[in-house]
Amino acid sequence: MIENVDMSLVDWSRAQFALTAIYHWLFVPLTLGLSFIIAIMETIYVRSGKEEWKRITRFWMTLFGINFAIGVATGIILEFEFGTNWSNYSWFVGDIFGAPLAIEGILAFFLESTFVAVMFFGWNKVDRRFHLTSTWLVAIGANLSALWILVANAWMQNPVGMAFNPETARNEMVNFWAILFNQVAVDKFLHTITSSFLLGSMFVLGISSWFLLRKREEFLAKRSILVAGVFGLISALTVAYTGDGSARTVAKVQPVKFASMEALYDGKTNAGLIAIGVLKDTDKKIGGKSVKEFGFKIEIPGLLSVLTAGDKDAYVPGLNDHISGNSQMGILPVAEKMQRGSEARSVLKDYQRARMVNDTGQVHNIGMVFKDKDFRENYFRYFGYSSIKKEDDIIPSVTTSFYSFHLMVILGFLFILIFALAIHLLFKGTIATSRWFLWIAFLSIPLPYVASELGWVLTEVGRQPWIIQDTMTVSDGVSQLNSGSVIVTFVLFAALFTILLISEISIMVKQVKTGPKH
Amino acid sequence: MILMISHLFLQHYWWIIVSLLASILVFLMFVQGGQSLIFSLPENNLQKTLIINAMGRKWEFTFTTLVTFGGAFFASFPLFYSASFGGAYWVWIAILFSFIIQAVAYEFRSKPHNVLGQKTFDIFLFINGSLGPFLIGTAVATFFTGAMFRLNLMHQVKWANSWYGLEALASIRNLSLGFAVLFLSRINGLLYIINTIDNSSLKKRSVKRLTINTIPFLIFFLFFVISLLLSKGFAADPRTGIVATEQFKYLRNFLEMPPVLIIFLAGVLSVLYGIGTTILKESVKGIWFTATGTVFVVFSLFLVAGFNGTSFYPSVYDLQSSLTILNASSSLFTLKTMMYVSFIIPFVIAYIWYAWKAINNTKMTEDEMKSDEHKY
Repeated sequence: MIENVDMSLVDWSRAQFALTAIYHWLFVPLTLGLSFIIAIMETIYVRSGKEEWKRITRFWMTLFGINFAIGVATGIILEFEFGTNWSNYSWFVGDIFGAPLAIEGILAFFLESTFVAVMFFGWNKVDRRFHLTSTWLVAIGANLSALWILVANAWMQNPVGMAFNPETARNEMVNFWAILFNQVAVDKFLHTITSSFLLGSMFVLGISSWFLLRKREEFLAKRSILVAGVFGLISALTVAYTGDGSARTVAKVQPVKFASMEALYDGKTNAGLIAIGVLKDTDKKIGGKSVKEFGFKIEIPGLLSVLTAGDKDAYVPGLNDHISGNSQMGILPVAEKMQRGSEARSVLKDYQRARMVNDTGQVHNIGMVFKDKDFRENYFRYFGYSSIKKEDDIIPSVTTSFYSFHLMVILGFLFILIFALAIHLLFKGTIATSRWFLWIAFLSIPLPYVASELGWVLTEVGRQPWIIQDTMTVSDGVSQLNSGSVIVTFVLFAALFTILLISEISIMVKQVKTGPKH
Repeated sequence: MILMISHLFLQHYWWIIVSLLASILVFLMFVQGGQSLIFSLPENNLQKTLIINAMGRKWEFTFTTLVTFGGAFFASFPLFYSASFGGAYWVWIAILFSFIIQAVAYEFRSKPHNVLGQKTFDIFLFINGSLGPFLIGTAVATFFTGAMFRLNLMHQVKWANSWYGLEALASIRNLSLGFAVLFLSRINGLLYIINTIDNSSLKKRSVKRLTINTIPFLIFFLFFVISLLLSKGFAADPRTGIVATEQFKYLRNFLEMPPVLIIFLAGVLSVLYGIGTTILKESVKGIWFTATGTVFVVFSLFLVAGFNGTSFYPSVYDLQSSLTILNASSSLFTLKTMMYVSFIIPFVIAYIWYAWKAINNTKMTEDEMKSDEHKY
């Protein structure tokens, strides 16, 4: 689509977007999770009338406030970077992608920003119930905003509800509900918000454990552990369930990503699920890419087939199937897809030429081709493949996909264990003396962040080279800037975000050490 | 009935929504205006804390409106989003930078162990307060003076130089709107301080600064408006889509759209009345008039930029790449879907109003700043 793409520009644009997204996601999950925990605590305060619960609520609210602003700041950059760094993409899909972003602003951001002011400054200005409602509305607003941006992201993973318009040379929305209830969007939203609840719970559990280790604020710590433990355990179990659903959907709509995250090269029946594995390079290659094999693995036989198709005899395609094709599974070879995509592109070029010279007859005739079902489903569907240079370009980094997925899953099970133990020890009455557990809980604070970021790494790296699955490559979506400009802004953003992160952590640590106001 | 809504109607409808968001955003930049005064207006630290907290309780609204403005533009006129943001890269990045540092500065400035120190975060607020309105004003001025881009057949943008939008700063007309917006923000900031903070000394100082800021505002604003009315504009033939320059185009737009002219004039008078009544009658309600006036003026300028067969984002590098509300918009289906979503806006405005009143029902005092309440 773009002649003479500067790969350095593409790489730096990707790096800048990844940098912003990674930093943004360091702050957002805590906002999503902690907002609900605070709302639950304030509800207890309003219902019980006990001032201790107000003190507990306000302590966690202070930490929420420190984290909240920086999440907002990095979020605005992400929205505008679609335009600044991915302008070709913005036009190609703006008709579809822009709508969720606008709805996010109208429906969610205003709710959040209006009532966060009441939440922070309204304690002595509004009555208890109005304040409590505001706190809940902040939590709902924050999570609603996550819904819309995840709907937008899900559409990039699984483009649905659209049709290509040759006249405007872009995809246009034809079914809003298909986009909103896209299976990937539903999975992604549920998995993301529950994992954020988990992260918020671990944050509260870890800091409360620190207070107990220091023999300080026992009342606050135990009450907080009660709320975070229960909320965290429910969230962690839901994360496991929604994660399973997400993986099944990936197997259907992004089978190359699925094969990569399982490091499955050769498709098979009775395919096993790798619980733990270590990859090593081999001499074998697919195109220019080295094939990885397992140096060590613990595998549950047949489970991958069962999880993906409900039957252990089901065939799970591997990367080789996706490259060379598998007629029995109805998978076309990449070379064939590239050929068909090029034909579709050539038709589009003919259409554009006819429009330029005002050849209305030709415009009409080619326009009819775009309405032809066979052309749309068997040729235009592979439009994006016309930008693929080599067959193996469609394989993302297997190492990154595999490790990010498996480490995330392992951590997910660890979190279930930690929350279950917290509740057990709390009800047994020994949590304050179980120092080994308090240390584990405290040191586990960073782990949900790691798991959450790994989830996004898998999502985004695993779908390379596509910016929109099968429809547009990352190279085609980039803004035509000089790479020097993007390098400069990358460095500026990296420096600024890092300084702000250090500030936030430093302030947060100080506030925790100071403890709640008496 | 819904089925009869045409694409043309929706393109105009969404330009009105975008214009409304832009005009509300310019008013809400009173927060930035107030921030730009934190080193010069207060006579002591307590007054500075009062100003920062008055503005800090509203910064989220400005920020959210900016984000929603961007989102609405993306959804309704994606070609503008891709052409301007992907081309005028440095201008938008500079604007974004100034807003990142604002968001954290409020929450971090007075917190112990904030690494950079309170002074640095106050400088962040000042930078955002000064650069934000100025750059947004300068960027919007290119709606009338043009930008340096070309679109190919696939609608991909190519900027004509490696300044990527910074060349807009070399135009005196663009600069004049940038400075006009900056001084208007400061005026609105001062009037908000007068209205919200109960401190006689600060009020007196604010009234004095109001006079000082009104003079440059009037100079820059009048220069921009007069040059706008007398200059060539960018006319787009609604039938063929061909864009051509036309003398007095924007003057003609005002004259051919009398309601827009009336809104514009009412807005100007309202701003002047709000300033005048504060300076001459010591009223504390001037902000209501300047707020209404600001919204009216900006709204009418946006309508002049986009309606009546006008290119709202002209290219002076390749005239036929210029954007109009007809060629830059989303499809009929998307605009219609978004229209249904927009019906919720009155409800949003209603709850914002309610919450705003709940927080602002008593004036901010020095005692409040000394209390245990959450403050910046």
